[in-house]
Amino acid sequence: MTTPVLDVKQLAVQIPVADGILHAVRDVTLTVARGETLCVVGESGCGKSLTSLAVMGLLPSSARRTAAHMRFAGEDLLDMTPRRLRELRGNRMAMIFQEPMTSLNPAWTIGDQLTEPFLRHGKGNRREATDRAVFLLERVGIAAAGRRLVQYPHELSGGLRQRVMIAMALMCGPDLILADEPTTALDVTIQAEILHLLAELQQEFGMGLLLVTHDLGIVARVAHRVAVMYAGEVVESGPTVTVFDEPRHPYTRGLIDCIPIPARSRPGVPLGTIPGLVPSLVGGIEGCAFRERCAFATEPCARPVPVVTGAEDHAWRCILPAAVPSLLENPA
Amino acid sequence: MLRFTLRRLLLALVVGIAVSAIAFMLLRVSGDLAIALAGEDASPAEVERIREQYGLNRPIIVQYAEWLWRAVQGDLGRSLFYPESVANLIMSRLPVTLTLAGLGLVIALLISLPLGIIAALRRNTWVDRGALGIAVVGQAMPNFWFGLLMIFFFGLSLGWLPISGSDTWMHFVMPAITLGWFSAPVLMRLTRGGMVEVMTSDYIRTARAKGLPGRVVVLKHALRNAIIPVVALCSVQFGNMLSGSVIIETVFALQGIGYLAWEAISRRDFPVVQGILLLVALFYVILTLLADILNAWLDPRIRRG
Repeated sequence: MTTPVLDVKQLAVQIPVADGILHAVRDVTLTVARGETLCVVGESGCGKSLTSLAVMGLLPSSARRTAAHMRFAGEDLLDMTPRRLRELRGNRMAMIFQEPMTSLNPAWTIGDQLTEPFLRHGKGNRREATDRAVFLLERVGIAAAGRRLVQYPHELSGGLRQRVMIAMALMCGPDLILADEPTTALDVTIQAEILHLLAELQQEFGMGLLLVTHDLGIVARVAHRVAVMYAGEVVESGPTVTVFDEPRHPYTRGLIDCIPIPARSRPGVPLGTIPGLVPSLVGGIEGCAFRERCAFATEPCARPVPVVTGAEDHAWRCILPAAVPSLLENPA
Repeated sequence: MLRFTLRRLLLALVVGIAVSAIAFMLLRVSGDLAIALAGEDASPAEVERIREQYGLNRPIIVQYAEWLWRAVQGDLGRSLFYPESVANLIMSRLPVTLTLAGLGLVIALLISLPLGIIAALRRNTWVDRGALGIAVVGQAMPNFWFGLLMIFFFGLSLGWLPISGSDTWMHFVMPAITLGWFSAPVLMRLTRGGMVEVMTSDYIRTARAKGLPGRVVVLKHALRNAIIPVVALCSVQFGNMLSGSVIIETVFALQGIGYLAWEAISRRDFPVVQGILLLVALFYVILTLLADILNAWLDPRIRRG
């Protein structure tokens, strides 16, 4: 088996807050192979964005990051010198952020910001950088690319800016792209286009893609593998088809039941919902974090739950003996 | 950018005319100039003769229009005390004041920019608090007092620097530091505030994600955005230094327009006072214009406004 481009084991991120320590990410293990798309799904505050920021070394300075190991293409990211980390960032691993409106510097032109990583990482001269920028802008679907180079971010729409961010991430031909909810801030019509584009580019350039999202519909369309996060933990992971067909964690089942499907979701029939609230992560959690909201919860759920591994890398953090059935009245 | 500049230029012209009118009017309402010129124990006939001679009996609008028309042509009248035209008098003193204010601003920026940036990056550490302490001390101490302390210490006790006159660059060291020191705190606080805000913004995270080293992130990506309000304040501070030079030039006996203004006011040499008022007001207008243009260059979003 070849070395995965990203290999994270037992990642934890702790952030000091007013009333204690927030265990925002607890025991996250995931891998991304070359040419593979891994979707990390979960609701707001489940630690999925922090996980991607932790990989890039972009956590807020107050946050504490620990892990059994965290490797990029076999190289240890935990004990890496700041210099080596800078050599990798924007070069072999790149990130696309959630907020296209504010992620570009308002004071510099698109061209300057696009060519910056290319020049910084010594990929070529200014001429080559400009050529590459034009090529990529056209590739991400921006018309009149040459003219865009001299424009400023405020002259572009949100959708265009996110395309610029994608082009920027691709400038140095990275092995891994981390995309943190890249379409959340965009119009629904643009969302699909951007996702389609990302999936296409991922295939075309053979990169690893770690796509953070809260939208299972997106996962179904683009992910090879999926990791479902809840309250700072990965509660289930595996090949997308397996996880969708035979979810082993009730939370995963709950998320799937929430997806509106035209054939199933008839007018008047309520969509699935997950009752209750996410527990507070300040001070840490004993046992299964989902048990308060779970229809199948029993007494042993209050004790630490081991990770169970099934076929084809399918793993889950639940003591239920079989796949979780749908709780909807008339499942598809 | 060109359209923006032209529009601002036009605006500056309007403001310039307005401030000249205000400067002119203010001096006229501050007392009867004819009595002031004739002296307190002059006879009414004598006052009337002076009023006639200087044209002070005409409507004030006419007086202003005539004065402005001449001022535009470079004629600000004649000094009542010196055997020179006001324009020549001001021109001979202006370089001293401009040098002083320019050096003062440079010193203020040399102190405030690095301190402000470092305080922002090392927020809530002893560095930040130390910089805040300097700011408080700088702003709390009147600048003439600081100037006198410097004269006492470096001039008299140590004898390193001359304490009065404007013959060599040595003469400018203490006055410029006094002016700069006084302006530095507010510029520093603004730089710090701007940097603190900008450093938490998303585009700084983007810059880090690109693998840029810290100094490029700070100086290229952060400072350019953080410095925009500082530029605007600089122009105000430079104007303050021109007017503040009245005190500093008096303390250090520098022969600049501040000193000239002080002399002219105490001698009721009103054409000179009027000329200096106009000049300083115009400097403010020009500085604001320059700051606007510089800001538009720094921040492309302003250019549309």
